[in-house]
Amino acid sequence: MTVKEAVPVLSVRDLTVEFVTRRATLRALDRVSFDVARGEVLGVVGESGAGKSVTGSAIIGLIDPPGRIAGGEVLLSGARIDDLPQEAMRKVRGKRIGMIFQDPLTSLNPLYRISEQLIETIRVHTDLDAAQARARAIALLDEVGIPAPERRIDSYPHEFSGGMRQRVVIALALCAEPEFIIADEPTTALDVSVQAQIIALIKRLCKERGTSVMLVTHDMGVIAETADRVAVMYAGRIAEIGPVREVVKQPLHPYAKGLMGAIPSLEGEAKRLVQIPGTMPRLSAIPPGCAFNPRCSQAFSRCHVERPELIAVGDRKVACHLYDESNAEIAA
Amino acid sequence: MSEAPFVEVRDLRRVFDVSKPWLNRVLENAPRQYLKAVDGVSFDIARGETFALVGESGSGKSTVARMVVGLLPPSDGTVAIAGVSMNDVDVAQERQRLRRRIQMIFQDPYASLNPRWRVGRIIAEPIRAFQIVEGEAAINNRVGELLTLVGLHPDDRSKFPHEFSGGQRQRIAIARALASNAEFIVCDEPTSALDVSVQAQILNLMRDLQERLGLTYLFISHNLAVVRHMATRIGVMYLGRLVEISDGKQLFSNPRHPYTRMLLDAVPDLAMTGKARDGVKGEIPNPISPPCGCTFHPRCPLVFDRCRIETPPVIDGVACHAVNEGRVAAA
Repeated sequence: MTVKEAVPVLSVRDLTVEFVTRRATLRALDRVSFDVARGEVLGVVGESGAGKSVTGSAIIGLIDPPGRIAGGEVLLSGARIDDLPQEAMRKVRGKRIGMIFQDPLTSLNPLYRISEQLIETIRVHTDLDAAQARARAIALLDEVGIPAPERRIDSYPHEFSGGMRQRVVIALALCAEPEFIIADEPTTALDVSVQAQIIALIKRLCKERGTSVMLVTHDMGVIAETADRVAVMYAGRIAEIGPVREVVKQPLHPYAKGLMGAIPSLEGEAKRLVQIPGTMPRLSAIPPGCAFNPRCSQAFSRCHVERPELIAVGDRKVACHLYDESNAEIAA
Repeated sequence: MSEAPFVEVRDLRRVFDVSKPWLNRVLENAPRQYLKAVDGVSFDIARGETFALVGESGSGKSTVARMVVGLLPPSDGTVAIAGVSMNDVDVAQERQRLRRRIQMIFQDPYASLNPRWRVGRIIAEPIRAFQIVEGEAAINNRVGELLTLVGLHPDDRSKFPHEFSGGQRQRIAIARALASNAEFIVCDEPTSALDVSVQAQILNLMRDLQERLGLTYLFISHNLAVVRHMATRIGVMYLGRLVEISDGKQLFSNPRHPYTRMLLDAVPDLAMTGKARDGVKGEIPNPISPPCGCTFHPRCPLVFDRCRIETPPVIDGVACHAVNEGRVAAA
């Protein structure tokens, strides 16, 4: 790992998001903390309902009522953004934080040409005039690998294939040269061969522009391929966070271990997959103590009462009592 | 091969009419348009094996599955299961008896179970329809057995599908498929809608059931790692054609068709070998007007003149001129 720069591009501290319903208050995110350094790709994995997407939405302030940020703070290059008024937040969104969503068809307006959508976005965020903005839009399309951009720019979204559409969405996210991009399942709707192209594109842009990316996905393979560091989420909490190679090859948290073992691999013997019994708890019924304790084979008394905090183990942090010094004999 | 294959698919074709409505055709002078979803697919499945079809979206794998179970009549070609043709009128009665032995599991467990029926009724339906066992008590017993078999509780019969998670619903779908004592199960992307940890549970369950009951699977998936885990033999499809058929292990250790190689190369892998990838070129062309000759030729690194003109036949498990002429050294 490189030496940490003084100020991370994005810093999330104890972020808590709650959804208030008539019956109860559901906690979708529970004191989540992480940093993303300049030019770094942070992968966020977890199963559905783990809180991956909510994390992304909370950072850009797009949590709709009845959801609300109940605590914690989000710092972009050292300045707090979670308490900004609506108007100021809108300037941050798109300008300083770009977004790429899962389904490229729904994130583009089907009634407007690509050119109109790109030029509008560029002009909102910069002082370029219409002609300059158009030139820049063409340059962007070229950069994301759309052939013959001067001609294709006047097409409508439906005239593009899925992979090409996702490239347009990426170009749209890059319009204002943001410092930070949130990519929420950017390749999930795509076929493998196209997925590989998009991953390569995101990696290249990240390297060339020094943009930081938070890559949210449920596909461990995509993370392994793209990310520098990875956070494994479970029931709204971070279970393990650290350099991707270590987390994938030698996960520490019992959930991360199970998750890695459950993925069928292209290498080695096709043996029986590791099975984690049960499913992730509903938000309305998160067990006390460690949220994973009912499914964990190594759970002991403390896991049922006390929520584990993130403990530093080498370069990594793990939220598991097994790695607490005082429980060393149980872990062994 | 010692005995006749359990499932025999010969030269299967399916063409969909995707023309504009009659009025538009007249006004715009537009011709009729046809989409060849499946174009001359042949394969055998032996009893007790898992044959997988992989391919990207639009390659025709689900259409093959639907024709094999008889949900869709083929435009041409034959499907024979246990020696009984699925589209021969003369054997209609025999076919009716065969139906019981073939079942299907669908991708979306949220859409494939009737939300207004209790689980018990869903699973009992095939039992009643085929009169597997007689009498309410016996049917009830059998439903309980089936639920236990797939890892649910017999008391779950009185619940509705919405009370279950995705993985549990897929278990219910499996129980329903097994209710008629099926021998051959067609699984169309059975785990694509599930999370990995749940996917592992379902895949393990399917393998256990295969061992215990001697089931034969036709397994459709776009996920190569899942296919590798499940299949004994694999067919790779591209734009409605089978481009390669091979033993499960061999396909991964020694892929022969250039498309298979490209596909394997494109899968992001956990191993993180940091291997340099040859950038994948292009996308699947529009199936309404596929390229002539070998449909893969615009994306193929080994393309030469013959590929643009002549459709390669499947020879020795591979449909590729370059491979069959020995122009590529086996990797």
